[in-house]
Amino acid sequence: MSLGAEAVRKVARLARLKLSDAELTRFAGQMDRVLEHMADLAALDTEKVQPTAHALGLTNVLRPDVPAPETDRERILANAPEREGPYVKVPKVIE
Amino acid sequence: MSALTELSARALADGVRKGEFTARAVADAHLARVAAVDPKVQAFLKVLGAEAMAAAEAVDAKRAAGKPLGSLAGVPVALKDNICLTGAQTSCASRILEGYAAPYDATVTERLKAADAVILGKTNMDEFAMGSSTENSAYFPTRNPWDLERVPGGSSGGSAAAVAAGMAPLALGSDTGGSIRQPGALCGIVGLKPTYGAVSRYGLVAFASSLDQIGPLARSADDAALALSVIGGHDPKDSTSLPGPARDYLAESAGDLKGLRLGLPREYLESGLEPDMRRALDASLDALKARGAVVRDVGMPHTRYALSVYYIIAPSEASSNLSRFDGVRFGPRKTGPGGSLLELYEESRGAGFGPEVKRRIMLGAYALSSGYYDAYYLKAQKVRTLIKADFDAAFGEVDLLVTPTTPGPAFRFGEKTDDPLQMYLSDVFTLPCNLAGVGGVSVPAGLSASGLPLGVQFMARSGEDHLLVRAARAVEEAGLFKGAPAL
Repeated sequence: MSLGAEAVRKVARLARLKLSDAELTRFAGQMDRVLEHMADLAALDTEKVQPTAHALGLTNVLRPDVPAPETDRERILANAPEREGPYVKVPKVIE
Repeated sequence: MSALTELSARALADGVRKGEFTARAVADAHLARVAAVDPKVQAFLKVLGAEAMAAAEAVDAKRAAGKPLGSLAGVPVALKDNICLTGAQTSCASRILEGYAAPYDATVTERLKAADAVILGKTNMDEFAMGSSTENSAYFPTRNPWDLERVPGGSSGGSAAAVAAGMAPLALGSDTGGSIRQPGALCGIVGLKPTYGAVSRYGLVAFASSLDQIGPLARSADDAALALSVIGGHDPKDSTSLPGPARDYLAESAGDLKGLRLGLPREYLESGLEPDMRRALDASLDALKARGAVVRDVGMPHTRYALSVYYIIAPSEASSNLSRFDGVRFGPRKTGPGGSLLELYEESRGAGFGPEVKRRIMLGAYALSSGYYDAYYLKAQKVRTLIKADFDAAFGEVDLLVTPTTPGPAFRFGEKTDDPLQMYLSDVFTLPCNLAGVGGVSVPAGLSASGLPLGVQFMARSGEDHLLVRAARAVEEAGLFKGAPAL
């Protein structure tokens, strides 16, 4: 199967990635090749097979909720592209 | 190389504890080695010289005050740049984290510090650990110390090259589909991916959470075991961390191979193994048999599907994990002409991620998108069950699996960059291990005709990583691999 530039554009939009036209064309071809390879899975009968999300048998892992020192807020804020006081500043979200 | 940079981590820690040399002298020797050879190798994204010297002096002061020293006393350790170290850059070799200084220590970092190790710096990698050659670093490629025209492997290529070149006796890497073992093999050192859950991932920048595991790179199996003993054990901050205290992998791995059953999966040998690799594997098998191990063939019929399963599951998880890099809380922020939030996301991510990361995010987003989820993601998860069942069945018959780590030795720069699928195929022997969640180790087992390192891989049942150490040590003792890179 072939994805085509339009489908790739749609996926890029879903993934919040701005791509140039050159990138779109290149990725379309490369993704085609990879997806072609993945078509080998279709041949396997997996109707009665349960999916594995995780190789570990652990479920519902809990720990006691005990107060402990938290990460230094200044160090976190120092990484923000824009800040105002103790807040990360972002563009207006609600029109 | 000065004598101190040739010593094992174990010997360095012993020497510092006994006062044969100071931690300061050890750090000084390794920083001098970095200054001498890293301009050629380019293993480090960031060398923390002043911090390392201060940490080393603190270790010496601790000893002078009569306090007991930890098991990595004064041992320089290099950290892959996706592992958090407070105040130091943690860029994942990506532009999107340029200038990011970790606000906290990863649990492994904390444990290294508690064991009196000295963090030397942050090592280069494929961007967000996506790649097999370190060519996907947004900053510069790392070179293989054995041949500067060749890749060190990846994605932990900087960590592997640093250890192979004598710049650090130990390094930590992360392995999602082979990213510790493959560069270990290509650089002629030991690379150990522990059982999934054996080492905390708190403070490791997530790539594919059901597959990622932190582990050591070292010049010997013993040093890898020593490091694993320090960083392993339950961590309440990581809900995927296995219960149980830290283990002593050095003690547990003691013993010989008598009666140990080794399985050689037929399916790993079907596709084109380079003749040199075949010879290295056969020589290792002979050495293991001579030490009392029993080798038999095993069948793992779903091995051929591992590549497809991996390249659906890992990108799917990545597309979700990497959604946090959006230009809002950290990293460079780019805005669009309309000034909207959507543009901010698209522009920041479009400018911040490199081509391979974009490709994988796209693959993942596609596999998870409405209409394709069942055919790709769910299908891959089901075949993952079959691959895991192959491992369970094999481990019913044998104690360890033995395979080549890679199809051949280190390749040249640019050789596989135009065709992502060719690059993906260089991990074909290491991917299944992560899908099954078991531990694996690569140990040097010989040199190719052109003088490049070759590695063999062992895989063990979950929780039996000590057997990986035991088998790797036996290959070392057979003396199949000799020499060091000429730099």
